[in-house]
Amino acid sequence: MSVLLPASEAEAEAIIGEAAAARAPLAIEGGGTRPTGRPVQAERTIATRALSGITLYEPAEMVIAARAGTPLAEVEAALAANRQRLAFEPMDHRPLLGTAGEPTIGGVAAANVSGPRRIHSGAARDSLIGIRFVNGRGETVKSGGRVMKNVTGLDLVKFLAGARGSLGLLTEVTFKVLPEAETETTLVIAGLDAERGVAALSAALGTPWEVTGAAHLPAEPGDVSHTVMRLEGFAPSVAYRRERLAAALAAFGPAELLEGEDSRALWAAIRDVRLLAAPPGKAVWRLSVPPMEGPAVGRRLEAALGSRLLYDWGGGLIWASADETGDAGAAAMRAAAAAAGGHATLVRAGPATRAAVAAFTPDPAPLAALARQVKTVFDPAGIFPAVFDAA
Amino acid sequence: MSAIPKLAPRAGVVERRASILAGLAALVPPAALITAEDERRAYETDALTAYRQIPLAVVLPETTEEVSAVLAFLNREGVRVVARGAGTSLAGGALPTEDSVVVGVSKMNRILEVDTANRTIRVEAGVTNLAVSGAVSHLGFFYAPDPSSQLACTIAGNIAMNSGGAHCLKYGVTTNNVLGAKIVLMDGTVVEIGGKALDAAGLDWLGLVVGSEGQLGLVTEATLRILPLAEGARPVLMGFSSAEDAGACVAAIIGSGIIPVAIEYMDRPAIKVCEAFAHAGYPLDVEAMLIVEVEGSEAEIEDLLGRITAIAQDFRPQTIKVSRSEAESLAIWKGRKSAFGAMGRIADYMCMDGTIPTGQLPLVLRRIAEICAARGLEVANIFHAGDGNLHPLVLFNANEPGGLEKAEECGAEILKLCVEVGGCLTGEHGVGVEKRELMVHQYTPVDLAQQTRLKSAFDPAWLLNPNKVFPLEGRVLS
Repeated sequence: MSVLLPASEAEAEAIIGEAAAARAPLAIEGGGTRPTGRPVQAERTIATRALSGITLYEPAEMVIAARAGTPLAEVEAALAANRQRLAFEPMDHRPLLGTAGEPTIGGVAAANVSGPRRIHSGAARDSLIGIRFVNGRGETVKSGGRVMKNVTGLDLVKFLAGARGSLGLLTEVTFKVLPEAETETTLVIAGLDAERGVAALSAALGTPWEVTGAAHLPAEPGDVSHTVMRLEGFAPSVAYRRERLAAALAAFGPAELLEGEDSRALWAAIRDVRLLAAPPGKAVWRLSVPPMEGPAVGRRLEAALGSRLLYDWGGGLIWASADETGDAGAAAMRAAAAAAGGHATLVRAGPATRAAVAAFTPDPAPLAALARQVKTVFDPAGIFPAVFDAA
Repeated sequence: MSAIPKLAPRAGVVERRASILAGLAALVPPAALITAEDERRAYETDALTAYRQIPLAVVLPETTEEVSAVLAFLNREGVRVVARGAGTSLAGGALPTEDSVVVGVSKMNRILEVDTANRTIRVEAGVTNLAVSGAVSHLGFFYAPDPSSQLACTIAGNIAMNSGGAHCLKYGVTTNNVLGAKIVLMDGTVVEIGGKALDAAGLDWLGLVVGSEGQLGLVTEATLRILPLAEGARPVLMGFSSAEDAGACVAAIIGSGIIPVAIEYMDRPAIKVCEAFAHAGYPLDVEAMLIVEVEGSEAEIEDLLGRITAIAQDFRPQTIKVSRSEAESLAIWKGRKSAFGAMGRIADYMCMDGTIPTGQLPLVLRRIAEICAARGLEVANIFHAGDGNLHPLVLFNANEPGGLEKAEECGAEILKLCVEVGGCLTGEHGVGVEKRELMVHQYTPVDLAQQTRLKSAFDPAWLLNPNKVFPLEGRVLS
């Protein structure tokens, strides 16, 4: 297995063009911190880490562009120096997956990696406004740009975000950014079951007080559950909304407050799913469902698989563990998600399980046919990983 | 007529009109099929009225199944289809061809399900933008994208064009507010994408379909995000002696960490015309005016407007007028929202829709003035200053020979300028027929070929809205 490290788009074009001519598959890698899905069968990996560096940052225009292999930490540090941030709060997969290395900004875009603030500020794909990528013909294509309102032509930006390298190698990405919040506070209601907890989150998200995080942490042995809601903004505004929100949720019980650093640490832990990091031998699934369906889905998984659970996104994002035996819970996870109108993804499992169990929910027939045609459009020689193909 | 070339009709289609109409008549109720010339004429254009073409027929289905049957039939017959919402496109997005059947969604206008607990609403795609908010406002919710045509325009059209509005700085545009859709492909296949969950499995089909201008399929249903209404909102109006000062003030507001719900910019000609029409109390002695609106409780609004007006002091403001009442707020917005109508009273105009990096505003305004002056035309500029979306209104006289052509030349030069400074051809109106031939200024042949090949995967024979978006020359199909 060799790793190819293009240092320019031209070099990436040459590598991919030659691979296409030889019909030799390529694995695609950013920082290699989020290995999800079937391990790619390829002699060679094309990695972006030599395509590095911030290429444009205009704080007053709230826009940053960087080559795909730029470490996420470098982008976040540049933003923090101007009191700005990526609004979608990308998850760091390393604690959960036990991986090492540096997450890249291109990996964040390619896997549409978002965190708790998705409920308020959108996913990575909503902040992504421009891309450059090399397609399977070895051609560099651009879509979108550096301005945040742009409806010129087909939106390949959204289409490539989350495509996980199946359609092309991202070489440069441009994100819209937002100011950091001056302060944050988290309201914590203890002791609710999942149904009451998600009902409290729904009530909070239905108020005008701009909840930017809404999670339910079920009881661990020897503890009670915690239902948590984050408010961010200027101090007087947060103080006002904190009072109003606590009053609106009085029926769910008294709310304690977590301030500043404590609040930030809690949301980083939720973002990174640290609750399910141990024990390392368990499979971990990610289910996306209508928020109010979350508790019923969770109950099914607890009953069928003995899953430990974490509810984020107001109940709409469920992280669930399962024993890594047989199908690692795939049938039960898929059935529970489908019954609720959602989908399930196997995020953590060993290579043998990942080789045997489809990580992503397969498309229904008409979409699957379209997906195959579209894959051919971007990658006629079939050299990039067929990530979503269940076959 | 103007310089934008017409797409040649498909051989034999117009000649087969009678049999095509008979086929359609077997698929939809009589009231859903429009064939008489005087009735078809109502569909010959949209809000880009310089372009007109009567279609072969118009079909107004009432169900997804009817849309599917109609498309499958027209696909077999090799007949082109032009999708239509309410026909409010400023880019000619709904302009027919002589050999096409217009399929309109105006009869599919039911609200299907309101779900405030999950913060979603499911609608048929012919429902109007404003009706979506109207269906949930009594519950304390709203639908965020608010294009100026929101009283008439449909969700189908909003999805096709990825519509924005004045408030997208905070709430995003259509693509950020759609969670699911039912889409009919050209061969009649119905696909359902997403739903009430915050993301969907596999590729981001929804992200591709939103903004695709009817090139990939017809959207018949959509699941949209609804958001809680803010407690209140109030604007401040600020006048400056130069575009530089106003632009620097916007940058300073954003740099301070405030994200207003809207920042609207008007130049002197726009202020003058809007004030004469709306009597909004706009200052007539300034070169540039900002309307900055913030949301929240009364105390939060006071706090934010206090911060904003303090920031503005560094940029030599000539006027600062904080709205003190609902009536004052309405008057301030009435002037801005009636800008297009007000302009229409004094002249014919072309409304352009580029986006620029906001820091380039002073340079771009100078160049726009030069471009228009060189052709003896006047221009007024309205700008969504937070997100860089610029609407120059090029004034002309349609009765003067060559008047429209001169205005179109100005428009093309202005949009090329937007691309040159790092922006794009269209921020929210779409490419349509209007900017189709300008695409080569923003995209390389490789970029365009990637897009046209993708369209071909959905619509191999290029029957869906084929006279739009992509330059007629050099379309790479496979």
